[in-house]
Amino acid sequence: MAQKQVNKPAGLIIIGGSSGSIEALLVILPQLKKTLALPVLIVLHRNSSSDSSLAFLLSQRTSLAVKEVDEKELLLPGHIYIAPSDYHVLLEEDGTLSLDASEKVNYCRPSIDVSFTSAALVYQNTLVAVLLSGANADGAQGIADIKENGGLTIVQDPAEATVAYMPEQAILLSKIDHILSAAAIGEMLNTI
Amino acid sequence: MIVGKNDIEKLLLEVHDRYGYDFTGYSRASLQRRIDAFFSRSRLTNYSDIKNKLLNDTAYFMQFVEEVTVNVTEMFRDATFYKYLREHVLPVLATYPFIRIWHAGCSTGEEVYSMAIILKEASLLQKSILYATDLNAAVIEKAKKGIFPAGMMQQNSENYRKAGGIEDFSIYYTANYNSAKLDESLNKRMVFSTHNLVSDASFNEFQLILCRNVLIYFDRDLQEQVLKLFDKSLESLGFLALGTKESIRFSAISDHYKQVGNKEKIWRKSR
Repeated sequence: MAQKQVNKPAGLIIIGGSSGSIEALLVILPQLKKTLALPVLIVLHRNSSSDSSLAFLLSQRTSLAVKEVDEKELLLPGHIYIAPSDYHVLLEEDGTLSLDASEKVNYCRPSIDVSFTSAALVYQNTLVAVLLSGANADGAQGIADIKENGGLTIVQDPAEATVAYMPEQAILLSKIDHILSAAAIGEMLNTI
Repeated sequence: MIVGKNDIEKLLLEVHDRYGYDFTGYSRASLQRRIDAFFSRSRLTNYSDIKNKLLNDTAYFMQFVEEVTVNVTEMFRDATFYKYLREHVLPVLATYPFIRIWHAGCSTGEEVYSMAIILKEASLLQKSILYATDLNAAVIEKAKKGIFPAGMMQQNSENYRKAGGIEDFSIYYTANYNSAKLDESLNKRMVFSTHNLVSDASFNEFQLILCRNVLIYFDRDLQEQVLKLFDKSLESLGFLALGTKESIRFSAISDHYKQVGNKEKIWRKSR
């Protein structure tokens, strides 16, 4: 039995980051226009004990609706979804999100690689991926998978990132389309 | 190896025909990821060779079942949940002459042992029976033994304390090199059995059913089917406990359940 087609969004913006990425998001998110045609999924490394305060913090800095992912939730354009602590977030063909409590990947759950690779397979060339500051190589393999499946790849300029390691690892592993400052990333997302 | 979407659909149907295990109601994204990983780890490199082996070698298929389903768990996972059980649910269960609890999808058993510990501390273990089921025979065998990695004990102990435990957690296990065996007094009241939530029927009536981080792997239709199975297996005024991100909100059963407290995912059946 194939899964029911609901209405999968026309595309997806997916953002990953770790240490230092909230600073970058606080530059990017306020720039996003309410008319943004795609949903945004944000996967950040966080303490497993943390509650939903991250969604609240980010919602203070954008006019778009921000919420933590509920399982089997349908992605809506112009909405920002935050990966919950202690679950991987996966993308379904029918435009919904699934949660997964399986093994940590790169010592992390949620893992950026897990969501990026899952999104690459489902959204292919309608996917836009952004990888921000961080002290871990999570996300590098995922963004390489996104590139291979035709998605657009953007990495925060390591020279600007609070912690350069994560964007650097992505740049070493695959040919990234755009290496930009946080401010320029915000501008670019508005043009998509 | 990335297995094509059509190949996965065909494989699931053939597996169902051959072995009776029905994975067609599982959420595809997680299943795809785990099937890809299983195929990638195989020493065989050709998709159809692996598939033939799966359909002809039962031991290999059982390994497939163990690996494509998620068996990650820990003791007192989500400490506030156990604290709530201890403080608000156990006092209600204490009023029954005999307590029946079902851990559905118990995996390697960490949550069942956690429950046994809080029951013991409330002096309720002697009048309780904990049924622990999973579709995987291999994890049930591990759960029965109650032997867990010694390296997890520090985390378990910390969770125990956060869940309101006041004893020295080390009284509950004997460490031996890399493993820790939980005290045998804990599993005397446990009954382990394989049970497949997808295809097996209700087998008893319980006052508390726990099924945490299992429904997230099912699609909405299968979730509904399983919630109805739980409803059928729960006494009036019984409790149903799900994982942190799971809910009965979208289910037809939600009209005769009330969430207890406002934070934990525990519902009480009203009729």
